[in-house]
Amino acid sequence: MSKINDSRRTFLKTSAAIGVGVSAPLIFTNAHAAYRNEPKGSTVTFGFNVPQTGAYADEGADELRAYQLAVQHINGEGDGGMLNTFSSKALKGNGINGKKVVYVTGDTQTKSDAARASAKRMIEKDGAIMITGGSSSGVAIAVQGLCQEAGVIFMAGLTHSNDTTGKDKRANGFRHFFNTEMSGAALAPVLKNAYGTDRTAYHLTADYTWGWSQEGSIKKYTEAIGWKTAAAVRTPLGAGDFSQYITPVLNSGADVLVLNHYGKDMVNSLTQAVQFGLRDKEVNGKKFEIVVPLYSRLMAQGAGANVKGIFGSTNWHWSLPDAGSQAFVKSFGQAYGFPPSQAAHTTYCQALLYADACQRAGTFMPSEVGKALEGFKFDGLGNGPTEYRADDHQCFKDVLVVQGKENPTSKFDVLEVVEVTPRAQVEYPASMLGGDLGPYNNG
Amino acid sequence: MDAFLLQVLNGLDKGGAYALIALGLTLVFGTLGVVNFAHGALFMLGAFCAVTLKSLFTMEKVTLDPDKLTAWGTPMEIRTPYVVELFGDFGNTLINLSVPLSILLAIPIMLLIGVVMERGLIRHFYKRLHAEQILVTFGLAIVLQEIVKAQFGANPIPQPAPAMFAGSADIGLMLGFAENAVVYPWWRIIYLLFAAVVIGLVFAFLQFTTFGMVVRAGMADRETVGLLSIDIDRRFTIVFGIAAVVAGLAGVMYTPILSPDYHMGMDFLVLSFVVVVVGGMGSLPGAVAAGFLLGILQSFASMNEVKSLLPGIDQIVIYLIAVVVLLVRPRGLLGRKGVMES
Repeated sequence: MSKINDSRRTFLKTSAAIGVGVSAPLIFTNAHAAYRNEPKGSTVTFGFNVPQTGAYADEGADELRAYQLAVQHINGEGDGGMLNTFSSKALKGNGINGKKVVYVTGDTQTKSDAARASAKRMIEKDGAIMITGGSSSGVAIAVQGLCQEAGVIFMAGLTHSNDTTGKDKRANGFRHFFNTEMSGAALAPVLKNAYGTDRTAYHLTADYTWGWSQEGSIKKYTEAIGWKTAAAVRTPLGAGDFSQYITPVLNSGADVLVLNHYGKDMVNSLTQAVQFGLRDKEVNGKKFEIVVPLYSRLMAQGAGANVKGIFGSTNWHWSLPDAGSQAFVKSFGQAYGFPPSQAAHTTYCQALLYADACQRAGTFMPSEVGKALEGFKFDGLGNGPTEYRADDHQCFKDVLVVQGKENPTSKFDVLEVVEVTPRAQVEYPASMLGGDLGPYNNG
Repeated sequence: MDAFLLQVLNGLDKGGAYALIALGLTLVFGTLGVVNFAHGALFMLGAFCAVTLKSLFTMEKVTLDPDKLTAWGTPMEIRTPYVVELFGDFGNTLINLSVPLSILLAIPIMLLIGVVMERGLIRHFYKRLHAEQILVTFGLAIVLQEIVKAQFGANPIPQPAPAMFAGSADIGLMLGFAENAVVYPWWRIIYLLFAAVVIGLVFAFLQFTTFGMVVRAGMADRETVGLLSIDIDRRFTIVFGIAAVVAGLAGVMYTPILSPDYHMGMDFLVLSFVVVVVGGMGSLPGAVAAGFLLGILQSFASMNEVKSLLPGIDQIVIYLIAVVVLLVRPRGLLGRKGVMES
């Protein structure tokens, strides 16, 4: 009996060891290709990993609309959008490297584990050559790590935390969107002009990577202009009712409230701060002010009239007059009946930039595509002259400071651009945010 | 002192919402013995009654202005709400008062939803395990919230309070503090008063009407009441409908405080269950008392002075209380002897 048990145990152990040994290298390798998911047929597959459910589903839907538009334009359908204004003329409207672009989609649910699972599925089952999208820094960092392991390029969507191209940067990851460091650098001079240098700020901060990053950057730049920080209070993500965090602000001696919140949290905290009369208050002989460092038009709509007069920053806005922005707004507006959000813009740009890099590199091999993106200088995509910095894979471009519009003409017309901060003013050394790109992984 | 007073007010206000939801939950548990995880969804559906009424009031007549173009080259739309076109200033008043007027819409709709939910689904699970009840009602809650998301989207939809209640009241001045030392939003004060009135009405209904007397008798001994040829099931169905109305009204009036989205019910559900457990499963006074008590404790735990001593306490204080109560007094603060006790 003991012999039978022993041999069965031995058999199971051996089988498990062989199973693990055989399957482990297969998880992220491609035995007969030069690189992961090398396209063999007439098409190449993009993987759009966006929040289709959960709190950022509307933003995700806008990203998906933009991606679909980008695929049309790359394949030569529609009016061409920003391909007509893009400074690089490598793409000819006939796909990439002779292959038409098709796509698969995944639902990040704005949860790191779900986002990694959907990205993994698109890479392993659908043969996606790259992954792009997302509306959260936590998700972006998680998916970026997965793409690095898998050997595909990750073109980040809406992710604003410094960490994405800072301490958590990866060779296979690239970000077009700006970050909290740039928001701080752009906002501080505008705040100084509007509210002076003798101010005391109180921060309410979403308690996760993006919130900490933004709080740090805004504190750094506002303290540099002479402001003091009364307190920085962390609030749970999705708190809903922020009244217990807002009431201490009333008697804290602060005369500025900085809301390091995004999405639903920002809508609720701003609405409630206004209800508590903060904007009608006078402290230290000065009018109390609220600042929302990261704005999105979609969430500004959610906050309604409460955003009027409030400063913030944004990566892009549909009212920009340059030819690239106008071409994109025209394509998007005619296709969907409303203007694109900044999430839609950054994801559209990322799809085009990736396609262009593959075309210029003449291959889809991640290391070659990455090298084509590194140090790439371009214009005509709505943000003025831009560079994909080689040292950290972060795009550097002008940053917009916006203010809630006093007299909106439509429900989309809630923000106005008050300052276009030049790139030189928001640039910082790549080493400042730490991290290491490491080597490319081709799978 | 002013900070203390403000946190008491916050706690009472928050507690008002917890108490209203927990009241319905415990009523359903006390009468039908059902653990209803879809109760938070009823709170959310009530909020969306307000969204719906406002959408109806703000339905717009769209005309195209051929002289003005949008940024994407199509003619600019000129939008005028039909109610304003039909009734002029009165139309604007209707839009302004859409949240309180939603109460009139929410009462019949929530009653209907409650009755349909109970007759159509919940009654099939009366004699099933609590775990099965939780699974099916939780599933129902997810279905309801996905329906709402498909219809209204995922983003919060702002519902402003009527203009006359949009500002804040200087409560401090009334109590002898300095000017602007204790200001509190008018609508939150109204919500607190509203919660007190609804709770009072539910208690009065159960205490002073024949219907309520029979329901209370049924809660105490369902079989004996049935033996007296009283159709207790029909009454319990109506009680379920009333619980749905109470949750729905709590949701309607909460919309100016928290812009409603499809997930708001889930955010309140877990807290409300803790309130019910702390108050005592099936105990109406327990639910109300625990609602206010936990609301106030949560507010005080969020004070910077407290958080500096006990970091993160604001996140866990309610659950800590629940653990202590379950360990020391499993039946809850005002629960009946034997309930939740071996």
